[in-house]
Amino acid sequence: MGLAKESQFHVLAVDDSLVDRKLIERLLKTSSYQVTTVDSGSKALQFLGLNEDNQINSNQPSVSPNNHQEVEVNLIITDYCMPGMTGYDLLKKIKESSSLRNIPVVIMSSENVPSRISRCLEEGAEEFFLKPVRKSDVNKLKPHLMKTKDNNHQKQENKEASETTEVPPPPPPPPGPPPPPQQSSNNKRKAVEAEGLSPDRTRPRYSGLTVV
Amino acid sequence: MEVGQLQRQFVEHTASMFHEGFLDGQFSQLQQLQDESNPDFVVEVVSLFFQDSERLLNELTRALDQKCVDFKKVDAHVHQLKGSSSSIGAQRVKNSCFNFRNFCEEQNTEACFRCLQLVKQEYLLVKNKLETLFRLEQQILAAGGSIPMME
Repeated sequence: MGLAKESQFHVLAVDDSLVDRKLIERLLKTSSYQVTTVDSGSKALQFLGLNEDNQINSNQPSVSPNNHQEVEVNLIITDYCMPGMTGYDLLKKIKESSSLRNIPVVIMSSENVPSRISRCLEEGAEEFFLKPVRKSDVNKLKPHLMKTKDNNHQKQENKEASETTEVPPPPPPPPGPPPPPQQSSNNKRKAVEAEGLSPDRTRPRYSGLTVV
Repeated sequence: MEVGQLQRQFVEHTASMFHEGFLDGQFSQLQQLQDESNPDFVVEVVSLFFQDSERLLNELTRALDQKCVDFKKVDAHVHQLKGSSSSIGAQRVKNSCFNFRNFCEEQNTEACFRCLQLVKQEYLLVKNKLETLFRLEQQILAAGGSIPMME
C-alpha cells in the first residue's frame, strides 16, 4: 500500500469570453484542478490531438487514457455559444471520437433554453451549468471525474486482486484493449460514489498553461 | 485620512453599490474567490471586463453607424456584453442589454442607438464606482489597515 502520490485532475475549459475564461480558471483552481483554457472549439480539438478528419494526430500530444503521452485531460467544460464551432458541435466531435468519447463533457450557457439543455444531455454531456458558473456548480464535477478515474483503475484493481499482498503494485498495463465500456447513458447524471483513490500510476505534472 | 475613516468609506461605498443595483451577488462570488494566493483576483477580472467592454462598445458604435446595419453582429456583441457583465456582477449593465437585444430582433436602428447610449452610461457609472472601490482598497492597505469583510 505505499503512499499515493498527489495526482491532480486536469480540466480543459473552452470559452470565447476572456472574462469567463478567467473566472472558470479560478473556480477550477480553487478545487485544486489543473486547468488549461482555450478560446475556441477548434483549439480545444487541436489540444486534444484531433485533426480535421477526427483522427488522432500522432505528432501531437494525445489524450487517450491508455496512451502514456504528456497530456491527459480528465474533463472538458465548454461554453455553448461560441462563434464557429459551438459547444454542442464540440461535444459531438468528442463523442464521435473513439479516443476521446470517454472524457466527460460539461456545457455552460448564459441562456436557459430547455431544448438546448436536453439536446446536450442527449448527446452525452454530463451536466449543463447556467452562467455565471458558481463554486457550487464546480463542486458537482467531482463525481464525473472520479468515474473516469475508477474506470482507469478498474483493470489495475482487478489485476491486483489476483496477486498476493506482498507484491508491490504492478506497473501500469501496456496499451492494450480499450477500457471497459462506460455505464449506459441512463446513469450519466447519477453521482458516482467515490470508492477511494489508489492512484498507483503517477499522473504527469502539468504546468496549467493557458492557451488563449 | 486615517484607516478607520477609509474603512468606513469603503463599507459605505460597497453597500451603496449593491443597494443601488450596480452590483449583484455575483460580485460577492468574485470576492470569495480572492485569497492570499490570489490577492488581486477581483481587480484582474474587473480589468478584463473593462477591456472587453470598451472593445465591444466601440464595435457596437461602429456597427450602428453603418448605412446598412448588421443586426446579427450587433446582437452578437450585445450578447457578449451581457455575458461578461453578468459574470462580474455588473447588474445594471447586464439589465440594459436585455432591451437592446429585443430591438436588435426588431431591427430598430433608432431604438438600438438609444440602447447603446444607455449601456455606455451604465458602463461608465459602474466603472467609475469600481475604480473608486479599488482606490479605497489600495489606500486602506497602504495605511496598514485591512479590507473590511462585507456581509
